[in-house]
Amino acid sequence: MLDADFFRRWMTVTAASVNREAERLTALDSPIGDADHGSNLQRGFTAVTATLEKEAPGTPGGILTLAGRQLISTVGGASGPLYGTLLRRTGKALGDAAEVSAEQLAEALRAGVEAVMTLGGAAPGDKTMIDALVPAVDALGDSFAAARTAAEEGAVATTPLQARKGRASYLGERSIGHQDPGATSAALLVAGLAEAAGE
Amino acid sequence: MSDERLVGIVLVSHSAEVAASVAALAKGLAGGGPAVPVAPAGGTEGGGLGTSAELIAAAAASVDRGAGVAVLTDLGSAVLTVKALLAEGDELPEQTRLVDAPFVEGAVAAVVTAATGADLAAVESAAAEAYTYRKV
Repeated sequence: MLDADFFRRWMTVTAASVNREAERLTALDSPIGDADHGSNLQRGFTAVTATLEKEAPGTPGGILTLAGRQLISTVGGASGPLYGTLLRRTGKALGDAAEVSAEQLAEALRAGVEAVMTLGGAAPGDKTMIDALVPAVDALGDSFAAARTAAEEGAVATTPLQARKGRASYLGERSIGHQDPGATSAALLVAGLAEAAGE
Repeated sequence: MSDERLVGIVLVSHSAEVAASVAALAKGLAGGGPAVPVAPAGGTEGGGLGTSAELIAAAAASVDRGAGVAVLTDLGSAVLTVKALLAEGDELPEQTRLVDAPFVEGAVAAVVTAATGADLAAVESAAAEAYTYRKV
């Protein structure tokens, strides 16, 4: 079973990997976006860890809901409401249970991903974070490590796609050949899950 | 018509200057516009380009007179942030709507309509109608 400590660890290790990879995320965002994805997410996850240090809710759902709220209010770009909605909806789906099973997390995360798809109007193949998240959720039934691999493969697979959402979509065919920064950061979030689980 | 019941309008742009200028333009072009509560929510809290959920929530609270709040936005993250705030349920005044309208033309139409004491639905449809104005 996964308790509040596990979810705090998930957020903390994700914040650390976002810090580590911020420059790479921004570099990916330079040719097809506005070159702020790394710094925006870094600001958001720094706020998440600072808030969780001050007031740490005692339930998995409470932690994700609070983290999502922080991302919506601090990121400043489109990734804020998108990641914020992902974590909040996942948190709300987990309810106020003190511990949840991996299966419950997989189900809640699927609800979160669906909420992100509704908010942004994106589907798989649009060259967005969805291209990493959907395969990850599908693989979560096997193991956290399988979800990490699926998310990383999903992110790499965005390279030949043409963007149909967000600022990159203005570039049309010129968006082809670049790995999507949002799918790349989504893979970091899923990798954080595997790391928190010790996989 | 009472000032207390006018629909409030929030203008969300990635740029503080754009939001403030469009607010001034809309009020200036609308005869009774000065009475309409209009608040810009532009840029990030640090003064950069982007969208701030805090600035949007504060702007919406400041223009709420109990008759509803119409929110107009410019690009991508402005739209997503307002939608996410609406989904939160308790971040924006009751009867707040994201209006699907062109930013400048919609703002003028919204302020002109709100100045007549029209309700939120009328303000929303006036702003949305601005899409039908073709320039060529």
